[in-house]
Amino acid sequence: MSLRNTLHADRRALSRFLSRVENQRDSVAAQLAELYHAASDSIVIGVTGPPGSGKSALVTALTKLLRERDLKVAIVAVDPTSPFSGGAILGDRIRMRELAGDDGVFIRSMASRGQLGGLAWRTQDIARVLAAAGFERVIVETVGAGQSEVDIVNLAHTTLVVQAPGAGDDVQAIKAGILEAADILVVNKGDLPGAERLLSALKTMLEMGHPTKTADDEALWMPPVIAASALKSTGIEELARAIDAHVRHLQSHGLQNVHQRNQLRAEFMAKLRESVLRRVIDSTTDDELAGIIERATKQRIEPQQAVDRFLDSFEIHRKRH
Amino acid sequence: MSSQPIRILIAKPGLDGHDRGAKVIARGLRDAGMEVIYTGLRQTPAMIAESALQEDVALVGLSILSGSHMTLAPAVREAMDQLGLQDIPLVLGGIVPDGDQRQLLSASVAAVFGPGASLDEIVTAIRGLTAPSEDERP
Ligand SMILES: Nc1nc2c(ncn2[C@@H]2O[C@H](COP(=O)(O)OP(=O)(O)OP(=O)(O)O)[C@@H](O)[C@H]2O)c(=O)[nH]1
Ligand SMILES: [Mg+2]
Repeated sequence: MSLRNTLHADRRALSRFLSRVENQRDSVAAQLAELYHAASDSIVIGVTGPPGSGKSALVTALTKLLRERDLKVAIVAVDPTSPFSGGAILGDRIRMRELAGDDGVFIRSMASRGQLGGLAWRTQDIARVLAAAGFERVIVETVGAGQSEVDIVNLAHTTLVVQAPGAGDDVQAIKAGILEAADILVVNKGDLPGAERLLSALKTMLEMGHPTKTADDEALWMPPVIAASALKSTGIEELARAIDAHVRHLQSHGLQNVHQRNQLRAEFMAKLRESVLRRVIDSTTDDELAGIIERATKQRIEPQQAVDRFLDSFEIHRKRH
Repeated sequence: MSSQPIRILIAKPGLDGHDRGAKVIARGLRDAGMEVIYTGLRQTPAMIAESALQEDVALVGLSILSGSHMTLAPAVREAMDQLGLQDIPLVLGGIVPDGDQRQLLSASVAAVFGPGASLDEIVTAIRGLTAPSEDERP
């Protein structure tokens, strides 16, 4: 049986394979390459936004709707790793209880880990495996903090940025970058006071952020702002339609290829950084590193010089002349 | 390179609505460097087993305060076995009388932690139960 068929047929095999991708990528490099070529039409939807804005609740509501359309849905829910202990509490499943018992749904929680960065490309690999396993929609939930919302743009076909009224909804506090990341903006918790105000403020911000948009420049996508309430299940149908429209937009303007190219470039650079760093670290023991740093400190070597000298001992650093 | 964090599932089966204890344990295990998947209240045995499968955890911990451990723990064990998860140990936290403990330990659970169990004790037990056997090492 081909790997792809195994992943289709055997949920435990899929689950274990995902762990290997997460933990020992090198041991499955050949299989990942094989799956990469097993082309798939699956669509990756990124969902990001501040903690507690209702991402998991929205993902659940959206998934229920996609299931009514008979699409198989995989969810990857990423939560932050504690920088102190390296542990994590992965709690997104709490909000996804309603999806239990449905064979057409597969939920996987992931800790950001990321001592070496690399969350985005690990998530990319995971999403690819789930796509190859037959999930027609792969939804990736990440907390919007730091770089992750930028990373997700490269990862997903369609990126939803979720905002909600309440603590920290001050429009001034919404980082400019996060709006640029959005293909679709969702104002969740529409049932709460302040949602209307947030909605119109976001619309204004978006219009100002797209000064080059002209009526006849149809290749430009103007992110819609959708009012929703995951709690009351309103706006979900509209959200699903907006996602469809965005995917059609990518397809009809040949942007899917552009997207793929951008995604591959970002993935290549990320994997390059990660691999180089890992090779360097793998070929040096902690003691050796400590010794080098110790010497540099004692001899008062300027840090960049110390790094250059250290790297000079590696093949990879030699410049070609 | 450092080893991967231990992934475990903490679940609350049954109808009791108190998950303070489960959350305290979850935080403690996180602080011990584990990745803890927490699924929330009122999980059925089938839900717990399916979550354990999808998350590929090394161990499942149940918190049962309702007194129904003698039905719930074996039911979760059976649901897990049905999904082919015989190799994933199940541990139980709660107030479990000695006689019940012996019976559970002989059949469905690998360890029982009473209200007096320290976090260190629990961490050590979980590390022991999840240490990979030789044939599972990469
Ligand atoms: N009133 C209201 N509350 C909501 C809505 N959607 C989610 N919530 C509540 O908001 C809280 C956070 O919801 P989650 O779905 O866990 O939010 P999240 O963005 O996934 O949170 P993190 O994953 O922790 O960042 C929960 O208490 C939900 O019940 C909504 O539409 N209206
Ligand atoms: Mg969430």
